[in-house]
Amino acid sequence: MMRFKTLLKHPADWMSGGKGDGSSVVVTSRVRLARNIEAKPFPGWADKSNRIDVLNSVRPAVEGLSEMKDAFSQSLDELTSVQKQVLVERHLISREQAARGEGSATIVNRKQTYSFMVNEEDHLRMQAIRSGLKIREAHEGLVKIEDKLSESLPLAFDTRLGYLTACPTNVGTGMRASAMLHLPGLVLSDEAGPTLQGVARMRFAVRGFFGEGTESLGNLFQISNQSTLGESEDEIITRLERVIGDVETYELNARQRLVEKDPDMILDRVGRAYGVLKYSYTIASKEALNLLSLLRLGAELGLFEDDGVLRTCDLLLMDIQPAHLQLHAGRKLDAGLRDAIRAEIIRGRLQSLQPPAIGKLKPDNGGYPGERDHE
Amino acid sequence: MDCENCGEKATVHFTQLVDGQMKKMSLCEACAEKKGILDLDGFGLADAVMGPSALSPASGQQDTCPVCGFTRQKFQQVGRLGCSHCYQIFPDELDSRLPNMHRGVIHKGRMPVGARGGELLQARLMRLKGELEEMIGKEKFEEAARLRDEILELEKEEELAK
Repeated sequence: MMRFKTLLKHPADWMSGGKGDGSSVVVTSRVRLARNIEAKPFPGWADKSNRIDVLNSVRPAVEGLSEMKDAFSQSLDELTSVQKQVLVERHLISREQAARGEGSATIVNRKQTYSFMVNEEDHLRMQAIRSGLKIREAHEGLVKIEDKLSESLPLAFDTRLGYLTACPTNVGTGMRASAMLHLPGLVLSDEAGPTLQGVARMRFAVRGFFGEGTESLGNLFQISNQSTLGESEDEIITRLERVIGDVETYELNARQRLVEKDPDMILDRVGRAYGVLKYSYTIASKEALNLLSLLRLGAELGLFEDDGVLRTCDLLLMDIQPAHLQLHAGRKLDAGLRDAIRAEIIRGRLQSLQPPAIGKLKPDNGGYPGERDHE
Repeated sequence: MDCENCGEKATVHFTQLVDGQMKKMSLCEACAEKKGILDLDGFGLADAVMGPSALSPASGQQDTCPVCGFTRQKFQQVGRLGCSHCYQIFPDELDSRLPNMHRGVIHKGRMPVGARGGELLQARLMRLKGELEEMIGKEKFEEAARLRDEILELEKEEELAK
């Protein structure tokens, strides 16, 4: 079984996504399925012995999957609070799961593309994460896994209501599919609010990817389905993909308009972001995330020669989070020290990055990047 | 359960605190009305004093899940259920909530391997065929075509399962 240190030695497969697979707006796709064991009390109502009972049947079934060979598998009470927080920052477990102890477990595969929470709100929540827009692929991976699990685990299912979950908001498919979108163009042109309100009116949930509630850091937003009953998985994903495609088009058009109308503003923002990130000695999480977003935008507009900028940005998004910093330092850090270490890490990663090529956006120096239509 | 007053089928269960003692009553609708329990003011009072579950129409529904011991009142408090069996015990509670949560009230998605053959599959096929006829009746042909495809796929699966 893999140790925590080994698990975190490498970045998750999906974190190093900016490798040019076409989508610059959709950073990651995630699908989560909620499943329960028939007639066993749900974790929120079960007593400890009930929970341990379920854990002892579910955990070996998950560990035995070929997809989970050499996986990381740990009971929640065996993890330190920093370790739990690191898993939360990587979106491998939920905050709710991090608050649990004995009787709950987390199992993560080596590439960190599959993660399982045993006894969170439901007996089993399985999640697949992929980089770029790959909701369907993520779902197909989970379906194969569920088919294998359902051979040994009696899953709670009803022909009329589908998969039965602790909360009726998840009943039916038990599926929550989501994508994380990077929307600096819409935010800079003050269009993110109206666009995302429109998305919410279509009964999709929109929230910031980092931070609590609706606050968005780093111009990253997550869109997910709310309804899980009355439509097949395929219909839900199709609807979600359509709305994501629309938002993607709006974002690319917003960027295009900004480049045409106010190239100096864009250049200034990207240049300042580069300057501050590369030379600051102390930087708070919020500022760093927002500047990294601008650096990423610069990279996507072709302002950097170095094609590794996207990857650098994606990796930094995780590595500068509070618990990641503390893990890196090997001890608890107060906010001031965190800001200093955060700045040090960013400086180190950007050391060899050349300044943005300002000329690239100016019309008299070779024109704009062409209008991009959504496919 | 029978009405404590007249012996008819009881449909109203009323819980009351009298001098710190919990007092429960089961009545038929007519007797409940006579005693003023069903009038609006009375209802409002019961709600205010006891919470929404003080007066719950029974219509043969149970208040406690026999599998896990979870109660109707608990569900009304936390919005979550005790176990998968609770879905059969509190269908009225769910029927009133599900339409606000989801785009439909009938599952159309995947099913676990074990449920695909045999009875469950049959029940599902029957239901889908019923829906298909309904859609054709309503001249909703796009929806009907989708249902037809789904039925064909399930029938194929059924063949394979044999």
